[in-house]
Amino acid sequence: MEKSEKPLITEDGLRTDGRGPRDLRPVKIEVGVVKNADGSAYIEQGKNKILAAVYGPSEVHPRHFALQDRALLRCKYHMAPFSVQDRKSPAPSRREIELSKVIREALEPSLFLEYYPRTSIDIFIEVLQADGGTRCASITAASIALADAGIPMRDMVVACAAGKVDGHIVLDLNDIEDKNGEADMPLAMMPNKGLITLLQMDGLVTQEEFKQMLELAMEGCNLIYQIQKKALKSTFIKTVEEV
Amino acid sequence: MRFSKFITNLERKQMLNLLSTGKRIDGRDLYSYREIKIETNVIERAEGSARVYLGDTDVLAGVKIDVGEPFPDVPNEGVLTVNTELVPFASPAFEPGPPDENAIELARVVDRGIRESKAIDLAKLCIIPGKKVFVVYIDIYVLNHGGNLIDASALAALAALLNTKMYNYELVGEELKILAGYQPLPIKNYPIAVTFGKVSDYIILDPSLDEEQIMDARLTITIDKDKRICAIQKGIGGYFTLQQVRDIAKIASEKSEELRKLVLSECK
Repeated sequence: MEKSEKPLITEDGLRTDGRGPRDLRPVKIEVGVVKNADGSAYIEQGKNKILAAVYGPSEVHPRHFALQDRALLRCKYHMAPFSVQDRKSPAPSRREIELSKVIREALEPSLFLEYYPRTSIDIFIEVLQADGGTRCASITAASIALADAGIPMRDMVVACAAGKVDGHIVLDLNDIEDKNGEADMPLAMMPNKGLITLLQMDGLVTQEEFKQMLELAMEGCNLIYQIQKKALKSTFIKTVEEV
Repeated sequence: MRFSKFITNLERKQMLNLLSTGKRIDGRDLYSYREIKIETNVIERAEGSARVYLGDTDVLAGVKIDVGEPFPDVPNEGVLTVNTELVPFASPAFEPGPPDENAIELARVVDRGIRESKAIDLAKLCIIPGKKVFVVYIDIYVLNHGGNLIDASALAALAALLNTKMYNYELVGEELKILAGYQPLPIKNYPIAVTFGKVSDYIILDPSLDEEQIMDARLTITIDKDKRICAIQKGIGGYFTLQQVRDIAKIASEKSEELRKLVLSECK
């Protein structure tokens, strides 16, 4: 495990990877990367490398899981054994089960599930390399994958974390900051109306710091939203050119 | 967990109508808890235990302490493990088998509150650095699901920890020798989980089982003894606005005081 001996924030206010407190890591998004899936996306955010694929709406297996008034949304977040420093057992951990649940619940409010009763929509997220903030990057990628699959939605969901590191409020924590910092707060939202669909936090912060973190995380979401929209649009421009 | 009970459209309408006048179906106002009762030391075989009644919700927490190995990244600290069991007799929605996502989420939210607020002084639970430490197991049994399992479980866990007794020991070489007498578990902080539900545009505190069926979203904020926020968890598909989150954080901070006073007075 990486342990930092150096301060997490230097005297010049720079972070371990040279960013300022309110800077995002570089984000790269590709759409339509898994041929067999109905929709898919690949995201790189810092050293995070994550694939998301969507299948559906399709027939529900097992059938008794089907819902009569809407589609069944299922989500599986999984980390590859080689994605972290010490090999991770491929069996789902308690953390992965919780994250699958919160990611599903973060995406659910964006979808018109009532349009597809008795079907299932399955989201598979595979973390190929983890570097802190994987749930946020996963949500951002999964939402584009859902859009790529043509599933009607109110807005895309985008996620970004804010936190407290060495007494500073910072945006988009990396792995070292997440492990050694004071607090990490992932937030997902639908930016058009500013609706928060995921909010978690662990750490210790005052009410005032919490307010600052909320605002900063939402700012970060808006920045990633622009990249997300651009990535999605560019695939459709490509499609039109091919036609 | 959502559909452990069916609510008719008529009941739903009635609940919404009442909410628009600032009242709830069980007579509470929007930001009140149901009646809370805490019993401690209910299981003699456990090192610590507590039973919490929150309205119809009934939760039993037991603490067992064992000797084990520390995690390699924190060799000087004891280990904390929280587990919850949603046993089938507590609700028709609970199924037998290993913990499902709801049970895991519940355990992890309770765990986060205790861990992040540093409620247990884990450094004092180290026996031989890197080799032997005390492992604190908190097991939470839901005996009746009446809504808001998170707050009831967090309360039961804290109450159980507050009356946990550890045996006195001395080290003989690398072996533990148990001596007569007990000492309390070193507790430094008192985290309190406060859970809100969102029904339509109304925010309610401590949702009951009926209210959970019509709830769109849930937000839990855990507050420590110095009014700092130590854990947050949003649950159920649905959303909150920024203003709602801010309001909730404020109310949570006030309400946590009430609950903390209650636990501390019961665990004297």
